[in-house]
Amino acid sequence: MGYPHPTHPKETPVLSRHFGDSDARSFDGWKRRGGYASLEKALGMSREQVTEEVKTSGLRGRGGAGFPCGLKWTFMPKQRTQPHYLCVNADESEPGTFKDREIMRWTPHAVIEGAAIAAYAIQAEQTYVYIRGEFTEAIAIMQQALDEAYIKGVLGINAMGKGVRIDMTIHRGAGAYICGEETALMNSIEGKRGNPRIRPPFPAASGLFGCPTTINNVETLAAVPPIIEQGGAWYRAICLSNPNSTGTKLFSVCGTVRSPGTYEVAMGFPLKDLVHDLAGGMRPGRRLKAVIPGGSSVPILTADEAEATLLDYEGCVARGTMLGSGGVIVMDDSVDMVYQIMRLARFYAHESCAQCTQCREGTAWTTKILQRILHGQGKLEDLDLLLDLSEQMTGTTICVLSDSCAAPVVSGIRKFRDEFEAYIDSGRAVAQV
Amino acid sequence: MSDLVRLTIEGRPVEAPAGTSVLEAAKLAGVLVPHYCYHPSLPVAGVCRMCLVEVEKSPKLAASCATPVAEGMVVHVESPQAKAARRAVLEFLLINHPLDCPICDQAGECELQDYVYQEGRATTRFADYAKRFNPVEDFGPDILYVPNRCILCTRCVRFMEHLAEHPVLNVSERGDRAYIGIFEGAALDHGWAGNVVDLCPVGSLVSKDFLHKARAWDLDKTPSICPGCTQGCNVTIETRDNQVLRVRPRPNPDLNRHFMCDYGRLGYGWLNRTDRIEAPLVRDGSRLVPVDWDRALGRALDLVRGARGPCVALVSPGASCEALERVAQLVGAGGGAGAFRVAKGDEIPLPGVPDLALRTERAPNVAGALAAGFTRDWDGAAARARSAALVLVLDEPLHGLGAAQAWGPMIYIGTVLPDEARGAAAVVLPSATMAEEDGTFRNIGGRIQPYHQARAAPGMARPAAWILEEILDALGVGVGAQA
Repeated sequence: MGYPHPTHPKETPVLSRHFGDSDARSFDGWKRRGGYASLEKALGMSREQVTEEVKTSGLRGRGGAGFPCGLKWTFMPKQRTQPHYLCVNADESEPGTFKDREIMRWTPHAVIEGAAIAAYAIQAEQTYVYIRGEFTEAIAIMQQALDEAYIKGVLGINAMGKGVRIDMTIHRGAGAYICGEETALMNSIEGKRGNPRIRPPFPAASGLFGCPTTINNVETLAAVPPIIEQGGAWYRAICLSNPNSTGTKLFSVCGTVRSPGTYEVAMGFPLKDLVHDLAGGMRPGRRLKAVIPGGSSVPILTADEAEATLLDYEGCVARGTMLGSGGVIVMDDSVDMVYQIMRLARFYAHESCAQCTQCREGTAWTTKILQRILHGQGKLEDLDLLLDLSEQMTGTTICVLSDSCAAPVVSGIRKFRDEFEAYIDSGRAVAQV
Repeated sequence: MSDLVRLTIEGRPVEAPAGTSVLEAAKLAGVLVPHYCYHPSLPVAGVCRMCLVEVEKSPKLAASCATPVAEGMVVHVESPQAKAARRAVLEFLLINHPLDCPICDQAGECELQDYVYQEGRATTRFADYAKRFNPVEDFGPDILYVPNRCILCTRCVRFMEHLAEHPVLNVSERGDRAYIGIFEGAALDHGWAGNVVDLCPVGSLVSKDFLHKARAWDLDKTPSICPGCTQGCNVTIETRDNQVLRVRPRPNPDLNRHFMCDYGRLGYGWLNRTDRIEAPLVRDGSRLVPVDWDRALGRALDLVRGARGPCVALVSPGASCEALERVAQLVGAGGGAGAFRVAKGDEIPLPGVPDLALRTERAPNVAGALAAGFTRDWDGAAARARSAALVLVLDEPLHGLGAAQAWGPMIYIGTVLPDEARGAAAVVLPSATMAEEDGTFRNIGGRIQPYHQARAAPGMARPAAWILEEILDALGVGVGAQA
């Protein structure tokens, strides 16, 4: 036995190789598994060398946007004239996504080590680990690991005995999805309402407390120690398809599969293998109907599209969707698409920060129309209205929350229009809305 | 001067300093980009998304309030894409709006109403749903919050936080449940809080003082200067049927920007007083008898000509520069002098604007009185008035001096007649208030600012400067006589 599921032969365990091994959570256990060797190595290198190694690896942001990690670090000022900050985005709230939680639960020191290397590379005075408030277990484990790291001298005034100061603290979120958006996250740490900020200025110029700031996802930073240890070229070689998407990626598979869970595969892995082999495929007698490949914010794929999708940044874009956070939501033919899309829209309506007009009013209105259709009181014009609202909610706001609400609505109506029309034509209502 | 950036907005070439927003540059080009949350005196929020414009070679529409100008930029405000975005914002703003314009104070000067009429949809597509409803809230001494009308532009929140530096307002809740909240136990009682009513682009924050008093289109608006203190904020006096109903700030980027304090805003009541002197009065034994201007001025001239010795003037620092200069000329000719006193209060600054405050001296023309040669030696002047050959009073209420004071012969020029002067004045000449005349005030910084007549003076009252000019003319020392 091992971690909830034994490692599948098609997996490429890099970050997940110690999942299920509770001894790896402790400092000593982590050291025995080769932990903190990368940090020691990195502190012996120049900052530029560290950044260059990460650039070589081709590591891209695992939070959803896929921005090259090393390039992001180079945006920080070379000379430190005011404090620099690193924020670790552990506010994993995207529906269908639970990969960062697993990293923090099983390998908290991997996050601390990766963050410490990044903090060294960008000369961060302080690192904030912003963890979703609901992750009580992950917070407790991370806090214990952080305390140990300070006691053992990994962090602090004289980190690893190398004369470098690296400080890190955990900041607990208070339950807002939008605080996972990097500028809202910074506002939240500052004690303000978690509203996204207008860019420019970008965080590397004026971020947390108005100082240069880099925000990296948990999974991105957890991938840094192996890159330093084994070299950027090694990481770059882990690639099944497009050379611009390198390394491994954790995918959290949920929905109507037999073995939901978090799986780590190389970039470019076929989505159909992830769903049918690793996650165990559909329940008996059920057929695949739709997949949302990258967390709730990305366009929905039909079964046919999903079968042909390769899981990397370019492969998803080629199918009209996005890799996003790697939260794979699988739906079989028992699933009511209209209801599922309404649930997503309702989530976004609930989580809209209320700044931008289109998002504040549009997400709620979209939800109301979808609920009306589910009540059997929809009209055919409602579908055009939904598409029209979605168009105005896309690309017109400060952040992409309203775009995220529009994406499943638009793709849902385009690809599963018959299900919407069935509700409208029959006047049938679902049991619970 | 910083570098000028050249760009094109709606086909018009325009040059703007680097760092200017596209929205401000469009103003220079004579193009108004519709907007709600943007305000030139507040930090940029960029949340209403009404000011989206199309910028050539840019993949998305840009919020013109938050986008700085760039060399060679080509901006379209009226392109189909930009118009569609504005139309959508207007539709989104209206779905939960009560459309209660017939009972809303803002109707007629409402930016939501204006832009919906200009380019919104004629009908709603938000059918069959109940609108969001929240009850009206009492936010403070003069302010009500009507959440149903609110478009969450956050101007009020930003004003209280960044200008008043008294952050009591916030956005509460999320999504379409959001509303403007006020912190527990707090009130909009800051000395400058009334500005949120002006800043509100819709009728969500309303003044209790003005509530349901008038329709905006019935008001006559006159540029004026606030008479409340020495700051000299530029204001607009708004009247209907010869009554002052509201005073609002008039933008002056060098002085009060877009703001005025509540003391000035709500202190207009005296301009509507009904116990005014409406005719010139001359003394007949123990009585004051109404007469026409010729007889009253004749009596005043007799007193001036008959004065043997220095005169004393007791003047109000609320009088115009023109009136004060003429008083100084009149008493100064005989070697006399004058003084003034001024009511005091606490200074209440607006921290977000340099050098803007409700000043301690609560009169508009202290600097004008000093410039005309009057002193602050009120007690000395009041004492000299007992033995003066002539006492000239200019709209000074004489409170505290006592009716029993043995005055020298007194000419009283003023708007109302205090008891102190009723038994003593030989001649009473009714003058206009600052709302009933044209004139100038000199503010605390030495800035001489004109104000204009907003309402008719009651009865036979005349501007004090006119009255004094008549006397100086007859004496042969007036401006007219010299000509």
